[in-house]
Amino acid sequence: MVNDLVVEATDLHKEFRRDAFQVIALQDVHLTIERGEFVAFMGPSGSGKSTLLYLIAAIDRPTRGQVKVLGQDILGLKERAIADWRNENIGFIFQTFNLIPVLTARENVELPLLLTHLSRQERSEHAATALGLVGLSDRMDHYPRQLSGGQEQRVAIARAIVSDPSIILADEPTGDLDAQSAQEILTILSRLNRDHGKTILMVTHDPHAARHASKIRYLEKGELLPEGAPQPE
Amino acid sequence: MPLPLSYNLKNLTVRKTTTVMTALGIGLTVAVLLGILALVGGLEKALQATGHPLHLLVMRKNSLSELVSQINREAVSNIRNKPGIQQLEGEPMVSPEIVTVINLPRHNSPEGANVNIRGLPPMGIRMRPNLKLIEGRWFQPGQREVVVGKSIARRYVNAGVGDRLRIGRGDWNVVGVLDAGSTAFDSEIWVGLNQLATDSNRMEVLSSVLVRASDPVSLQALRNSLADDQRLYLEGKREVDYYQEQTASAEPVKFLGIFVAVIMAVGSCFAAMNTMYAAVARRSREIGTLRVLGFSGGSILLAFVIESLLLSLLGGLIGVLLVLPLHGLESGIGNNLTFSETGFDFRLSPAIVAVGVGFASIMGLLGGLLPARGAARESILSALREL
Ligand SMILES: Nc1ncnc2c1ncn2[C@@H]1O[C@H](COP(=O)(O)OP(=O)(O)OP(=O)(O)O)[C@@H](O)[C@H]1O
Ligand SMILES: [Mg+2]
Repeated sequence: MVNDLVVEATDLHKEFRRDAFQVIALQDVHLTIERGEFVAFMGPSGSGKSTLLYLIAAIDRPTRGQVKVLGQDILGLKERAIADWRNENIGFIFQTFNLIPVLTARENVELPLLLTHLSRQERSEHAATALGLVGLSDRMDHYPRQLSGGQEQRVAIARAIVSDPSIILADEPTGDLDAQSAQEILTILSRLNRDHGKTILMVTHDPHAARHASKIRYLEKGELLPEGAPQPE
Repeated sequence: MPLPLSYNLKNLTVRKTTTVMTALGIGLTVAVLLGILALVGGLEKALQATGHPLHLLVMRKNSLSELVSQINREAVSNIRNKPGIQQLEGEPMVSPEIVTVINLPRHNSPEGANVNIRGLPPMGIRMRPNLKLIEGRWFQPGQREVVVGKSIARRYVNAGVGDRLRIGRGDWNVVGVLDAGSTAFDSEIWVGLNQLATDSNRMEVLSSVLVRASDPVSLQALRNSLADDQRLYLEGKREVDYYQEQTASAEPVKFLGIFVAVIMAVGSCFAAMNTMYAAVARRSREIGTLRVLGFSGGSILLAFVIESLLLSLLGGLIGVLLVLPLHGLESGIGNNLTFSETGFDFRLSPAIVAVGVGFASIMGLLGGLLPARGAARESILSALREL
């Protein structure tokens, strides 16, 4: 379906200026992603994978080009509107989990809901549901430091999905985890994609992780290699 | 909806030492300010509450205090015959008085301090109906007997009922203690006028004359008539005004205190700022994460300002607790007009406490604003990239 493009990026360029010289992080990127896809992005360090996710999440702005997400031209939005838009439509998962250390698992998961109109009761219920979905119903009142890395990342996933966004962006979600924890995370992500219809864009260095995706795209020196191109050495 | 208050509270408790240290700094500043305000407040109350609105205090022209004023007996009879003076049982309400100074050893300073002695006739006592004798009895005419103000009794050595004080040529018995309701009279020693005049060889020269007018109009008329009489060379001051002027001696203390408090406040403000800058730096990635979750720069700003405010409120609370033991504490302050000491109580009124807490909040607000603004303005990307 033509209308069901979740991401439409055309002619994306991103340069970073550092003092005298500049770094080209992304160039000539054209990317379309359909609803319900699970796409893995791979490529060497510095190839622009994180930058691409940040542009799609409107965390950063491209130097040139256009980004439409869920049909919305996010570059036309004002700062404040972007924050609300992101809260509603994007769930972001970091390599380093980024939980708030002074808040419990449930409080961390509730955070995005503070920006909605939900009542305290509803927020608490939604957070419990999300934590149940990642298998942490028994750890709701634990603080991040009382959890293992894998559990922390599961809390982070719960936080990313609690406001029911249609897109999940994950930047090396298994990068800091042991093999078994990584497997658990990937299983959860696959289930979110398959059973809950979430569109997932995941950056990873791990070919095994990438295999959970329905499609793998490669980046090299800021360029997105054509779909179906052979994996670069 | 902003970030919950519990988020700020937990962050403050997590870095306990820093929080307590910063709050303590703010608390000390608040304590200094409150101490000064309590001192000035008590002093002002002691001096302002002294005096009757219809009383005219007659002294030699240009005398700054009763101690340096001189009036001879002839002038006293002249005053007694002026119109507009209230009568009490057929007698004009006029009290010629002698005020002089003696040095008394104090409990905490053996070198002693100067104390006013007031010699006054029975009418002088009747003209001050708000006084209460809380112990003993009044002095008898013709006897070397004194009644001491309650703050003298408490703060000076051998100044209680049954003790003897050396004044002029002889020893005087303390026969009573006077409660003048925390006014300046609480810091005086009262004796019979004639006995003091005899003992100090001042039969002819008195210090002042206290006169009660029958109404405010007569009071003004009396003042005018005194001012017009060039020969007498006297002036009448409203008693209330006279004591109010004495309050001026608290001004340097107040000024110095507030000066010190302001300097400390600037220091505390920087301490709060430093603490908040450190908090912002340490939580950089957390701030980036919150922004990614959809919290706006404004709510980040608010969160850090609130955190700084909570920190300073804790400081304010510590400050109030620190000065609480001072409340009601008695002390004295030298008066550069009368060369004597006025006793007073430290008074911590709710208003003073409110000033302290408000003062603390301002420090927190100012200290927190810049770091919070920095946190709110940093781009999400650079916030996320920091350790
Ligand atoms: N904020 C920035 N300022 C300057 N240069 C940046 C910035 N962010 C990224 N870059 C540069 O842009 C290029 C792409 O960075 P990016 O983080 O997107 O790479 P990546 O593919 O995610 O790498 P990795 O696998 O190491 O995470 C790199 O050369 C990087 O140094
Ligand atoms: Mg990266």
